[in-house]
Amino acid sequence: MTGEATTAVLGTDGMAALIRALTARGRTVIGPTVRDGAIVLAELTDGAELPYGWGVELAAGHYRVRPRADGAAFAHSAGPQSWKTYLHPQRERQWSADRAADGAWVVSEEAAPPPAYAFLGVRPCDLRAIAVQDRVLAGGPHADSRYRARRERAFLVVVECTEPGATCFCASMGTGPAADGGYDLALTEVVDAGGHRFWARAGSDEGASVLAELPHLPDDPALATGARDLVAAAAGRMGRTMPETDLQALMRETLHADRWNDVAARCLTCGNCTMACPTCFCTSAEDVTDLTGDHAERWRRWESCFDLEFSHLPGGPVRASGRSRYRQWATHKLGTWYDQFGSSGCVGCGRCIVWCPVGIDITEEAHALHTERAAGGAPGEEGR
Amino acid sequence: MTVTTGTARNGRRPELAVWKFASCDGCQLTLLDCEDELLPLAGRLRISYFLEASSAPGPGPYDLSLVEGSVTTPQDAERIQHIRAASRRLVTIGACATAGGVQALRNYADVAEFRAAVYARPDYIDTLATSTPISAHVPVDLELHGCPIDRGQLLEVITAYLAGRDPDIPAHSVCFECKRRGTVCVTVAHGTPCLGPVTHAGCGALCPAYQRGCYGCFGPSNSVNFPSFVPLLRRDGMDTLDVVRVLRTFNTGAPEFDAESRKQAGR
Repeated sequence: MTGEATTAVLGTDGMAALIRALTARGRTVIGPTVRDGAIVLAELTDGAELPYGWGVELAAGHYRVRPRADGAAFAHSAGPQSWKTYLHPQRERQWSADRAADGAWVVSEEAAPPPAYAFLGVRPCDLRAIAVQDRVLAGGPHADSRYRARRERAFLVVVECTEPGATCFCASMGTGPAADGGYDLALTEVVDAGGHRFWARAGSDEGASVLAELPHLPDDPALATGARDLVAAAAGRMGRTMPETDLQALMRETLHADRWNDVAARCLTCGNCTMACPTCFCTSAEDVTDLTGDHAERWRRWESCFDLEFSHLPGGPVRASGRSRYRQWATHKLGTWYDQFGSSGCVGCGRCIVWCPVGIDITEEAHALHTERAAGGAPGEEGR
Repeated sequence: MTVTTGTARNGRRPELAVWKFASCDGCQLTLLDCEDELLPLAGRLRISYFLEASSAPGPGPYDLSLVEGSVTTPQDAERIQHIRAASRRLVTIGACATAGGVQALRNYADVAEFRAAVYARPDYIDTLATSTPISAHVPVDLELHGCPIDRGQLLEVITAYLAGRDPDIPAHSVCFECKRRGTVCVTVAHGTPCLGPVTHAGCGALCPAYQRGCYGCFGPSNSVNFPSFVPLLRRDGMDTLDVVRVLRTFNTGAPEFDAESRKQAGR
């Protein structure tokens, strides 16, 4: 990095200036704001749009915004969307084709340049989720060039967690609540007798350059210590845990557990968990033709392993039962993701717990499988 | 099933027919609502029979028949047989044609009693005791759900037919559409009863986008779990009568809604 400021103390005016500075650099700033009874992600043009004074009350299948007396902007977790809404949009045109006068088809790849985003308020678990999608979508021999372009242009402002939700378990997954790199700027919000302040650190040259443009409050060594203490304390206040075991092995060894029948009886197969999950990446292709028959387009849209049509082969759906679909999702997320991509597919954000209408809780399911295996009643691959 | 495409038959424009049974005409109007597309559509299809739009019916046979409405009279039960025989591809459109419509509420009551209460001369009325979907009478090639149907989905069915490809009409839940368009879940965030998790997609999740619960106008999705779902409606304030009523609307005759409403109502 250059010699520009790499740490600073910002006030709320600094946050407003940050949005202005990023906008002035030609970026579309996306961050949290209150809308429709939730803290959603949306384009921000002004610091006042941040959810100052709002928190959330979370439970399985339950989400409410609640006012906070401390005025904090980032004391919330697990909103309805994740950053994949922007990096891996729900529907995107891949190419168009037109029939020329001689009858030949001319195919053109989607040419519109991807937007240059700045994401403000990325939580450490979500930062890990972005890294997981990077491996899936931008790694390997078949990288998604448009995802990669959006990703490479994105400026990430991480805000560490000081207020984990009742459905959070990043500490179990090793993904939070502290950020350990992979960002342009990291912030920790502290509201105390010293005022409403953000301890800011640059993680890239551009981050340092942006930080240098912002109005700073006086340095306060105690703020960094206080911020670290708040984040460390947050790790001990997670609302959920995963069982302390090798989850990949747990999934492999409980494929025929009774618990899958139990969860299937509750599962609506509505697909909400996969859509809310920040790492679920599945898509299907959608071919569009028009009435003239001379123009065709291919779109890609979010799909879900809970959709019967997603696994529909000539003989019918491969995973016809709700049991097989929930199991596919959970065992991929916690188990076979390691085989496929070398990491867990779960980052512990808790969205699937909150946004499941019937409140199915992946941590509760994992604990139940763990207990059933320990009791000797959960045969795995070989036990059938 | 062999798909007859728009260009396969000697270069002649395929003939389109639009039929009405017991219905409100709203789904047929959806076709007329395709204002920007009507001219190109007429360029690709010969609109051969469509009384809503033209009083000059063609004799058939028809390449593509769109059928609106349910069967509620002995005459209609016979007429649909002729239409099927005269149609290469038959697509039913709307809740009436695919599930019997709101008029299928008669299936839970005594039609003679209704007739006597409503009409001065009940003996003039010749009607069946039930309202049934077209598929209860003849084989149907495709069902397009909704009350009314979605304009974009109707165009998808027609353009797919013309291109000789399968139409892209997902049968999963409305929740997929809410999440794709970024709508905050009205059940989870507001405690609003919503039929989205058991309802067939296709509307684009309109009601939740206006912070209302889905009321199931596209009928059941292809993967419903009522024993888990109904307790949610009750938690969010619905009593048994409310649950029965919300299932007994335009798609009351859809087998999944019918079975659950009978279970809840105890009859």
